[in-house]
This record gives sequence, structure tokens and C-alpha cells, in this order.
Amino acid sequence: MTGQVLASSAADVSGDFQPQQERGQRAVFCGLTSIIWMHRKIQDAFFLVVGSRTCAHLIQSAAGVMIFAEPRFGTAILGDRDLAGMADCHEELDRVVAQVLERRPELKTIFLVGSCPSEVIKLDLDNAAQRLSREYSGGVRFVSFSGSGIETTFTQGEDSCLTALVPSLNQRESDQPHLLVVGTLPDIVEDQFRRLFHQLGIDCVEFFPGKSSTELPEIGLNTQVVLAQPYLGETLRALQGRGAHHIPAPFPLGVAGTAAWFYAAAAAFGIPEGRVEEVLQAPRARATRALSALRDELAGRRFAMLPDSQLEIPLARFLALECGMTPVEVGTPYFDATVMQAEIPLLPAGVSWIEGQDLDPALDRIRSARPDITVCGLGIANPLEAEGLRTKWSIELLFSPIQGFEQVADLAELFARPLRREAKLEVGEWS
Amino acid sequence: MELTLWTYEGPPHVGAIRIAASMRDVHLVLHAPQGDTYADLLFTMIERDGKRPPVTYTTFQARDLGASTAEKFLNTLQAAYEHHQPKLILVADSCTAELIQDQPGTLAQTAGLPVPVVPLEMAAYSRKENWGASETFYHLVRALLSNHPNTSLQAGSQERGSRPPRVNLLGPTKLGFRCRDDVREITQLLESVGIDVNVVAPLGAGIDDLFRIPEADANVCLHPEIALTTCGWLERTFKQKTIKTVPLGYGATRDFLQELADVLDYPIDIDRVSQCRLPWYSRSVDSTYLTGKRVYVYGDGSHVVAMARVAQREMGFDVVGLGTYSREMAREVRAVAAELGVEALISDSHLAVEQAISELRPELVLGTQMERHIAKRLGIGCAVISTPAHVQDYPARYSPQMGFEGANVLFDTWVHPLIMGLEEHLLHMFRDDFEFNDSAVPSHLAHGDGTLKEVDAGDVAQGNQSSLLWEAGAEKELKKIPFFVRGKAKRNTEQYALDRGLTAIDIETLYEAKAHYSR
Repeated sequence: MTGQVLASSAADVSGDFQPQQERGQRAVFCGLTSIIWMHRKIQDAFFLVVGSRTCAHLIQSAAGVMIFAEPRFGTAILGDRDLAGMADCHEELDRVVAQVLERRPELKTIFLVGSCPSEVIKLDLDNAAQRLSREYSGGVRFVSFSGSGIETTFTQGEDSCLTALVPSLNQRESDQPHLLVVGTLPDIVEDQFRRLFHQLGIDCVEFFPGKSSTELPEIGLNTQVVLAQPYLGETLRALQGRGAHHIPAPFPLGVAGTAAWFYAAAAAFGIPEGRVEEVLQAPRARATRALSALRDELAGRRFAMLPDSQLEIPLARFLALECGMTPVEVGTPYFDATVMQAEIPLLPAGVSWIEGQDLDPALDRIRSARPDITVCGLGIANPLEAEGLRTKWSIELLFSPIQGFEQVADLAELFARPLRREAKLEVGEWS
Repeated sequence: MELTLWTYEGPPHVGAIRIAASMRDVHLVLHAPQGDTYADLLFTMIERDGKRPPVTYTTFQARDLGASTAEKFLNTLQAAYEHHQPKLILVADSCTAELIQDQPGTLAQTAGLPVPVVPLEMAAYSRKENWGASETFYHLVRALLSNHPNTSLQAGSQERGSRPPRVNLLGPTKLGFRCRDDVREITQLLESVGIDVNVVAPLGAGIDDLFRIPEADANVCLHPEIALTTCGWLERTFKQKTIKTVPLGYGATRDFLQELADVLDYPIDIDRVSQCRLPWYSRSVDSTYLTGKRVYVYGDGSHVVAMARVAQREMGFDVVGLGTYSREMAREVRAVAAELGVEALISDSHLAVEQAISELRPELVLGTQMERHIAKRLGIGCAVISTPAHVQDYPARYSPQMGFEGANVLFDTWVHPLIMGLEEHLLHMFRDDFEFNDSAVPSHLAHGDGTLKEVDAGDVAQGNQSSLLWEAGAEKELKKIPFFVRGKAKRNTEQYALDRGLTAIDIETLYEAKAHYSR
């Protein structure tokens, strides 16, 4: 199967794919968790969560380690006094913002991040952001978005953040066609992609978000948007609202996925297929070679995915198509048909696709199906391991470079390692 | 509103989860939005628990707010009961649920479940994790024991006759500091003096065990942050005395045994059972170099109080500052600070702790995982003595902190980050050695956190009396002074020079000042 075939057959199929809906207890992080990678990516911004001690505790616990010399995020923790009278809250927020800026005068943007409590008490952070932007005009920009658990899951925080930035993108005047790659990517992947686009003859490429919160990409009628991450539906719609065109493509995970992604982008720029074939040939062959040894380890193994990062659908496609694995059950927090339109035709049949979650019954199904590996959140991994089931933490898929040709083997390795470890250890029962 | 970069304690409902997760037969139904399930990973990742904590979260979302979150709570409660079949259900709000006021406690009590339901009020906007754990344990014990037949007895005065005395160990929990090993150590210690352990709770206890609490002669309050409220109620209700000495350190363990002997009116040959290597290790000549090492102590209240004593009186260090995030223990911590003649920092602001440490320039920090990061940044050695702690502080090996073996562990753990005696001398003798200098790490910690790191030139320059000229020789000599007193030496010398109307400082001035201030 060539990438080109994947890309061209993608657009017209969707409709009939309807995952089964589940409602119940969900073991998914809230959108505040996105701050962990976004605050490293956007280097001149500070993420100020307006919330409770739970919010602060969640972010530091999900980050797992205190590796940051000084994090560019913090929480303005609401106390009883703040809840008693609303007028106070804005003054208090001003005070906290001044405190942040006193410590970090070099900051260019402060994101005011809404949380469950701030949403429930209807604290108007949009308004606060506008007011503070005026007060600090010329120096610091304030942008608000919500990372609350009542509105967003895990990776959706990034969607919410980028959506909030779209109105501040400048209107693009140039006639030159322009490619906008949307979604946080590791720096190394961004560089690789930029080189390949350059070889394809697409030089006008921008990545969103970039390292700077002030040098944002421009957007116009000749902007073509390709998503690099599968959780950015609202951002996409906001960009379309500004006149940009969406290039539907599978996500750049795996050899075929990455090839299809480049084919789709190249097609939108009218680049001849032969040229794409030529440019992709070497990295593609290299990636296929690197993957082949891991494919031998993974082929025939059964996997399940519990809903977590929104990466589940494209990852299941990669594991099934390119690694020869068999999906047992694949859950995803929510399903966005527009974002997934090019993935759907590629998905294997006979799989139980689930949107949403009801944790206890889902764990019971995993226990009875006993897949070789289960992709799940951090809270659930050790309990499954203790029952003799191998797992892969889904958060690692957000914290490591997995996109693009050069990372295909690394991605497969993430799934192969737990299986290899099981074969290697001679320490008695797993638990 | 309070700006927080890192928090020492989680919200109070995490304390409630700790109690539920520590016990058997208990399930917590927590009214909470999507996202609050992160708390699971504290147990399964940090403490490597092989089971999810026994919590079911309602995980309501925005769409539920429009409909009925109360109904969602009741459905979740029913499903949780059916799936997990606990003997008792705890019910609480997380911070967001507290705002929507569904009153899940009241709802649950009228839901007609065939098991007791204990509602909890978690006060998310004013309280924190340890308080939440303490409240949960107290309400749980009170709910179960309020109608206990012993309440009408003078239980504490029940005749012991010839049976051995028995005590309860109260306070150890999941995610506490070394609780697993401390319980084993203290149980063995008590057995060695002929005292039976009646109930350990909450860690490992079932509902039936809690019913047996009144059968003990006294309660050992191992973790005041968690169990003091409960011990107070048991004392009032069942006339059970509370053993308040926390057996952390050699001296405190002996005091603990003495308190047991006094309270239980039971003779204990303390010298016979005080089998501990710390006293000899501390007296051995090799340890002379520990004398006066500057140490900063920070953590929860009870650990700070105990560890300051060990540091000062059992290791021979100088405690140069201490602090706690436990406001509930402020009085006790201040008293220890006053005794040591230092300032107590009562604050849960990570930034304030960092500032105190960088100003005091200790050679060793005894703190939490946050202080480990502060110390790493400042190039100071650090040992973790209190929660919050990370996965490496839940070690595979037996590693108690309490009791006599615990004292041995403290000695080893605290000495490890330091540079050994003779190595330190050589560092000071041959300061210009290119690979063996005071910014090098201890030789046994090639990749570890060095304990002597060169202070930035700017640090020393702070407070520079600009009218004074340091002659090159004097400046060079100054650099030979250990870094942690260098700033002070510089300031003192300059003050000395100014007082005498000098405009330049040479080597003679430096040593004149040294002699002047050492009086």
C-alpha cells in the first residue's frame, strides 16, 4: 500500500464509522495536563491556571518528576475568601499576575487557564485577559483558554489553547501558497519535517505552536492547514473560519501514515507524485528497514487501548497495518469525524471501537480478553501489570518523538519493549 | 488567591483517598469532575500499588451540569456498590463538586444501601491533604465506634490482670513516609518488650479491626498529622491514653519506650532493647567531621521536630534553620526552633523555602522531594525525610525511619550525600587541584549531587562595600575559605576594615578580622 493510495482514497469515506458510545467513570486526565508539554514548547509564555489545589497537584503529579528548574506554569489557588465575593477575584488575579511578572519579567505571554472551579463559579477569564492586556499593553499579552475537566480531556487542552490564539494570528497578505502544520511536535521532528517539505519544494512552511508566542504564523485564504496531532478539531475549525483550507490526511505515525501525510500536503501544493516519490524514497526505505525487526516481535500480538490521548485511532491503525498486531478493543475519549476522516478508511475491521468510557466494565473486558499489551493511563498501568497483563503508558506517547519516518522504529519500540521485558525477566510471577 | 508553583500537599480529598486506599473493605465514592482520577497514579506509580485505590469518581462533565449531577452521583454510587461490594462506603466532594452543592453525603445516606455510609466534608478551599486524611480517619472511627459497648465502660481502666499490655498503632497510611517499614519496626520493638499490638490502622486494617480498637490499653499516635484527632476522641470516649512520642531517632525511641512504661505502668528494660548502631557510629572517630555540619530541615511537622533532634543531638550537626508546611504543627516546630536558636519557617510556599535555603547555605538539606530539587540546583547534598516523596523514596529494601533500625537508616542516609572527612581536608589543602576541588562531587557520588559547589562570584559580591579595595593576595586567600562561610567572611572582613577606617584589605586584614570575629 503506498502513501499516495492512502491519501487519495481518504476524502470520500466517513459516515458509516460510528464507534460505540460508553458513559460512566472516566479515567482520563483533564486538559490542564497539556500544559506539561506546551510550556516547554512555547518558551516565552507562562501558563497560569486559575483553580484549586487539585489543579496544581494534578499537573505536578502528571508531570511525574520535578525536572523543571523553574516551571513556566503555576496555579493561582482559589481560597474561601475568593469564593465569598466575586469582585475580589479580579484584584487577586492582578496581584498574582504581578507576582509572576516580577519573577519572570522576560515573559511575553501569560495564558490564563480556566479550570473546573473557575468555570463553575463563572469567573470571566476572557474579560480578565482583555483587561490585563490593556494594562500591560506593549509588554505582555494575556490569552485565556479553558483546560477544565468538565470541558476538556488530556490533549484537548492544547486544542483549547491554540483555538484561543487563532484570533491573534495576523492576516496574510502574500499570494504565495503557505503550509501551516498544526500541533505541538518535538523540535527534532519539526526540523525533519521542515527539511522534507523544503526538498518537496514547499518552502513556506510554518509550525503552530512555535517556540515564540509573539511570532505567530500568519493566516489567509492561501493557507493550507495540515494537522500533525489528532486532537485539534476546534483549532482546525477556527483556522477554517479565518479562511484556511484543511488538507485531510492520516496522521504522520508509522511509515505509511507519514508518507500519506506528505502526499496529501504535496498534492495540495500541486507537486507531482513522481517528485514526492523521489523525495520520500530514502527516508521511507530507511524507516521500513528499521521497523522490520520490530515487526517480527509485534506481529500477531493482540492489543487494547483505553481512552486517553486521542492518539488511539491512528496508533491502532499503525499497529494493525504496519506491525501486524490485532486490535481487540480501542477506546478514545471522543470522536471527531472531521479530524479522523482520512484515518477511517484505513482502519481494520472486526475491532470494537468505543467513544467515551465506563472504567470498571472496560477493565473487566480487558481482564477477560487478556490482550498481550494494553495502552492506558498512568493510574491503571500497574494494577493491570499486577494481574499479569503488559501495558504501555499512553502519556509516554505525548512525551517522546514518535511522528515521522525517522521515529517509526522508536514508536514500535515503545510497544515492543514491555513484551521483550516479559520474555527476559526470570523473577517468578509478574505480581 | 495564592500563587503556587509546586504544592507540598494535595487537596483534602486526596487525604480521604489515602485512608480508603490504606484499608480493606472500604470504598470511597467521590463526586468529582473528569480529571480528578489523576489521584490514582499517586498510589499506583509513586507507591507502586498493584491495585487501583478503592475509589469511584463520578467524573461529571459540562453536559452533566446542565442535566443532573446529583442523579449521576446516585447512579455511580449504586454501580460502585454493586461492582466492589465494600463493607462501608465513604462519600466526599472534590473541590469542584463542593461548589455545585449536590450534598452527596446526604444523598448517599438516603440511598438505601445495605452497608454503612460515612459522609465527609472536605473543605477544599481552606484545607489540605493531611487534614483530609485526619478528618476521614476520625469520622470513620467515630461512625463505627460511637455505639460500641465499651463507651459505657471505663475502658481504659479495665483490669489487665496478668495479660500483656496491648496498644494500637494509629496513623500509618499509604503514601506516608516509610509507613510500611515503620509499622514492622515498631511492632517488632513492642514485641521485644512484651507489648502486644492490638490493631494497626488505617494501614492494612479492615472494618472488623476498627471495631477492636477499644480493646487496647493505649493508642500509639505514630503520625500526629493523621491520627491525633482520632486519638483525642478515643481518649475522651474510651479513656484510652495516647502515646505521643514519635519514635524517630535513637533518643526519641528510648523516650517512646519510657512513655509506654509510664502510661501502661509496665516495666521496660530500655537499655536491654536499645540495640542500635547509631550511637557508636556517631561516636566513632570517623564521624568527627560531621561536627557542626550546617543542616537545614524541612518537611511535615512531626518529621521536622524529630529529625531536628537527631541532626543536632545524635549526629552532631548544626541545625541552621528549619521549617514545615504543616500549619497545624506550627507551635511544636517553633518550640524546637527556639530551643535551637534558629528561625522557624511556617510556610507551604516552595519559593520561600528555596529562599531560606539559598540564604542559609547549609551543607546538607533534610527535606521533601521539593527540597531535593532545590538542593540539586544549589549543589547541596540532600536526604529526603518527609512526604511528599517520590518513587525512589518507596524503596524495595526494608528501610524504616522509626525505632532503632530506623535510627541506623537515618545515619547511613544522611551521611551518604556528604563528603567524607579526609577527602574534605584534602579538598581544602589543595584547592587549586584541577580535578579535585570544591566544585567536584564527592568521589563516591560520581554522578550524584555534589555537596560543595562553587558559589557564583555574584553571590559573594553581594553586599560589597564598594569603597574598599581587595588586594589580589587577600582575594585569593578568601577563595580558600570554604564556600558556605566565604560570604560571611567577606562581609565581616569588610565591616572590620570600615570600622577601622581602612580603604584596602590585605591578607593581614583578613586574618585580623577572622581573629576579631572568632572571639
